[in-house]
Amino acid sequence: MPVGNDILIELDNVSFSYGLVPVLERLSFSVHQGEYLGIIGPNGGGKTTLLKIILGLLDPMEGTVRIFGKDRHDFTERYRIGYVPQRATQADGSFPATVFEVVRSGRTPRLGLFHGFTKKDNVAVVRAMEIAGIERYSRTLIGDLSGGERQRVFIARALAGEPDILILDEPTVGVDIGAQKTFYEFLESLNQKHKLTIIFVSHDVDVVSQKTQTLLCLNHNLVCYGPSLDLLDDHILKRLYGQEAAKIKHNYHV
Amino acid sequence: MFEIFQYDFMVRAFEAGIAVGIAAPLIGMFLVVRRYSLMADTLAHVSLAGVAIGLLFAINPILSAVILAIVASVGIEGLRLSRRIFGESVLALFLSGSLAIAVIILSLAKGFNANLFSYLFGSISTVSTNDLWVTIALALAVLVFITLFYKEFFFISLDTELAQASGTPVKRLNLVLVMLAALTVALSIRIVGTLLVGALMVIPVIAAMQYGRGFRTTLLLSVLFSLVSVIAGLFASYYFDLASGGAIVLIALGIFLISMVFSKRP
Repeated sequence: MPVGNDILIELDNVSFSYGLVPVLERLSFSVHQGEYLGIIGPNGGGKTTLLKIILGLLDPMEGTVRIFGKDRHDFTERYRIGYVPQRATQADGSFPATVFEVVRSGRTPRLGLFHGFTKKDNVAVVRAMEIAGIERYSRTLIGDLSGGERQRVFIARALAGEPDILILDEPTVGVDIGAQKTFYEFLESLNQKHKLTIIFVSHDVDVVSQKTQTLLCLNHNLVCYGPSLDLLDDHILKRLYGQEAAKIKHNYHV
Repeated sequence: MFEIFQYDFMVRAFEAGIAVGIAAPLIGMFLVVRRYSLMADTLAHVSLAGVAIGLLFAINPILSAVILAIVASVGIEGLRLSRRIFGESVLALFLSGSLAIAVIILSLAKGFNANLFSYLFGSISTVSTNDLWVTIALALAVLVFITLFYKEFFFISLDTELAQASGTPVKRLNLVLVMLAALTVALSIRIVGTLLVGALMVIPVIAAMQYGRGFRTTLLLSVLFSLVSVIAGLFASYYFDLASGGAIVLIALGIFLISMVFSKRP
């Protein structure tokens, strides 16, 4: 999908540390309307911390974060950001909820307190389930689904809130290899067909560099940032992952 | 069979029992799915310390139990959020600490051991008209809060971090939930007793979960199982002269075992 001019998320010189350990150092970048941004980097490189700052779960020590043009403290329309957390597929299988109930819970932030679900919400839920291709599981318990199917349920939950941005943190953990290929196609269609801006964190260097438009390599600071295609050379990989790193192509890509 | 209802104290016991039978699983459901079942037991032990303080200073033991349980629930939630201690360890701290306080007070003030038995295991003959009204008011409060915040409690239970990221007031709603749990526990003492009230909040819920239904259906089933346990337990308590709490919980356990047999869960 062509990237628009509107800046949805803007970070300027953002730094964060846990105690004395610096995790993010002077990070600056922006996410535009319709962009498909991939974030890669080694474990402990600050990927999840970065997402938590964007989501308002952590406060940066330095720098500014603007969401939809507003300072993060003044930004109240949190439902505009759909979030699929890390290890969502490994969510408690014994949780007694149907797929419909789980997806509908994604409408909660949009409705706010003291407002019950209406027919309009149910329509949005059904549409989100259709986009994710899980409408046939509506009455199935979430615990009875496979990892890949659950992943779609949690994405449908995020879509049910009709967000402008979808953020996914390591979404293929717990999803079998066969289902991963379909999953990446699904994300592409969300970006291209449904015009959704996507931020996608992954360990899978090859897939991220193939599938996303923009790539951000993070190892405490920005190692690379720009158009994904051919951005990842051996030099950058070594700066990210160490001397032995090399990119291995595999057959997830379509 | 129904001469049981000729006695005012039995009518009060049934009315209070039904109120408790509705409130306990409504709160218990949200504790169980968040792996926080021990919260009910911890608050029950705190209530016992409250009862002991009440008996020692000759104030209404239920009132002192309610106050102490609410204060403890706020303390537990505060410590859990501070992340200085694991959530389970916070519960263990309050559970054993309050039991120790109760035991010390009871050993210092000898003489109310017989009275104490009714608070430990429930006693249907001790439900006063005041207890009844307070219990009904509590059950209504629980019903109103759960109805008002059902979608938020569900959302938080399913994924706390996501709820927080979406702007849901997670901390405040968690506090409301644990305070409601404290109230429910303290006010269930007359019927089920401090040692068994936790079971009434948990067993009907895990029995209902065996049927593999959605959240709302499981919640309604747990209320049904709880009411059957309370009503059948009170009948058994009257006719066989048993401690009401023990009878109620044994029947709840029976329902759980039957549910396991018919379980649709793999």
